[in-house]
Amino acid sequence: MTTIDLSAAMITQASPLADWLVVAPLVLCMVLGAVLLMVRKDTQIQPVIAIPGLVALVLVDAALLAHVWMNGTVTMTMGRWLPPFGISFTVDILGALLTLTGGIAALAGGIFGAGDVNDSGRRYGFYPFLFLMMVGVSGAFLTGDIFNLYVWFEVLLISSFGLLILGSERGQIDGATKYAFLNLVATTLFLIATGYLYGIFGTLNMADIALKAQTMDDKAPMVTLVSMYLLAFGMKAAAFPANFWLPASYHTPRVVVSALFGGLLTKVGVYALIRVLLMLFPAERDLLGWVIALIAAATMVLGAMGALAQTDVRRMLGYLVISGIGVMLAGIALASPAGVAATVFYAVHSMIVMTALYLASGMAARASGSFSIAEPGGIYQSHVVLAGITLALFFAVSGLPPFSGFWPKALMVKASLDVGAWWLAAAILLTGFLTTIAVGRVWVLAYWRPAPAPPEEASMGGNGAAVTQPPALSPLLDFLPLVMLTVLVVLVGIFPQKLLELSQIASEQLLNPAEYIKSVFPTGGLQ
Amino acid sequence: MRTLIFRTVAPYLASLMILFSIFVLLRGHNEPGGGFIGGLIAASAFAIYGIACGVSPVRRALHFHPMAISGTGLLASTAAGMLSIFFKVPFMTGLWLDIPLFGDSIAVSTVMLFDIGVYLVVVGSITSIALALEERPNS
Repeated sequence: MTTIDLSAAMITQASPLADWLVVAPLVLCMVLGAVLLMVRKDTQIQPVIAIPGLVALVLVDAALLAHVWMNGTVTMTMGRWLPPFGISFTVDILGALLTLTGGIAALAGGIFGAGDVNDSGRRYGFYPFLFLMMVGVSGAFLTGDIFNLYVWFEVLLISSFGLLILGSERGQIDGATKYAFLNLVATTLFLIATGYLYGIFGTLNMADIALKAQTMDDKAPMVTLVSMYLLAFGMKAAAFPANFWLPASYHTPRVVVSALFGGLLTKVGVYALIRVLLMLFPAERDLLGWVIALIAAATMVLGAMGALAQTDVRRMLGYLVISGIGVMLAGIALASPAGVAATVFYAVHSMIVMTALYLASGMAARASGSFSIAEPGGIYQSHVVLAGITLALFFAVSGLPPFSGFWPKALMVKASLDVGAWWLAAAILLTGFLTTIAVGRVWVLAYWRPAPAPPEEASMGGNGAAVTQPPALSPLLDFLPLVMLTVLVVLVGIFPQKLLELSQIASEQLLNPAEYIKSVFPTGGLQ
Repeated sequence: MRTLIFRTVAPYLASLMILFSIFVLLRGHNEPGGGFIGGLIAASAFAIYGIACGVSPVRRALHFHPMAISGTGLLASTAAGMLSIFFKVPFMTGLWLDIPLFGDSIAVSTVMLFDIGVYLVVVGSITSIALALEERPNS
């Protein structure tokens, strides 16, 4: 066998151990997913492996964020091949921050799932699917290659199909069909756009694209390309004209699955929009700015109005997810440093608060026996702690102080007014107002309004209401994840400085990707 | 489909196909072939055996649940990528080891381990689907 000197095509310096943090979340999830798949039938051991695994995932994600914060953007290129030929994983603050938040949401879901998902759901593969979905979510946030991003979209999509039909009920299959079809359309569009992009640039490495796009100007049909990405990712993110799949499917699966989807999946779409529109094609985004602003305003206002019209709490939460997407899109439309920072902040807030709200709604439904707000639940009487936590989360999702939703919304309004987009600011404020009414209505009807207690139990005295509810709420499996997320919501609301600082760094890194490019091409790139 | 001829031939055919799939897998590094196509051949061997003799003999012959085989494969592939952590090179770097054997040398590599993982993932998942589809009408 002849030996060929490959050193010119390869990265020759040793890769430091700390850089392994870049792939650690993926590898960890993949290994645990594989192990859980092997012991799929052993329902008792699954949470015992999964929950410590998720704790480890959160720790690894936190270490990655700390590493990126201290040492700047980190790149690891697979197989030592020099980028743009090797597939790079490039992590900046945005990627690391969203990965960590996703990990926290997954941990909450994993703990809650130990109580919520029964043995048949576990045999069906709840935990393996959860880990494989986290492979997809983390991979999407961490990768620096646009085709690789597509691959991670597929991974999370396929795992999410599995999670959606965990119970194989008729409604779930119905919801999953709509979800699967529309997401496959979006993913195919993404793939077509990527093929088109490869035809224009001859590269798939994001840093390389960002470099080449600066000198491409009028030479290529760039606006077409960017519009296709906008539509594909807009569908994924559930932005206004293409958002109908979300309310049709998110209320059908188990509530813990809804929580994970509401917290994680649409934000991956928003992340892809941020990455592609703001970092790769800023000039073309400027041309489409008014379109994105209109989409943003329509998404947030119509989402909030949709939430007003619902009687099923889970459906209402689905509309609140959409409404939040609108607020995040507003920052992409503004593309000012303050606007993008607000988008990043809002994405983190939304991931945590939407997961927590779905979990809380599941617990409320278990306590009162129904997801409908038409049936008086009297949850305030029977479960005062749950009612209090839910109220705090409702405040947070409406953007009221002192919770996490207030700061990004305030920042976004200010950023809109700074560039003179008063109508966008008005839309954000109107959305906040409508959301407050929508969630206030739920709280008053389902939580505050006392349950019509059956007379014979009322005469027994004591906490009869709690005793008659068949499945009691466990303090460890049910309350721990909810309290964990709520504490985060409150902490971010009271001490927003750190997260604000991170969002601002993320925003600067996106709008001026010099550091990102330098991390991939230390010698300057453009061979 | 359960004719006498098919039932008699199927076990031999299936074992031959599995042997061939392993040949294709190992051949794959430098010539056409590899884990994916090898896995497909092995999965069709199990499918043929299932069509001829029923699903439960296949499940007995496999011993492990097909999805568990998939999990093992995923683990093997990830481990192949992880080995490079000990050599201070990035994830998924191909590492080679020449083992002298009978005067010749055999090249063992992480690439091969990765390919074996792909083979197992494909065998497990496609067999799982095939067996589920074959099982449905009878039960």
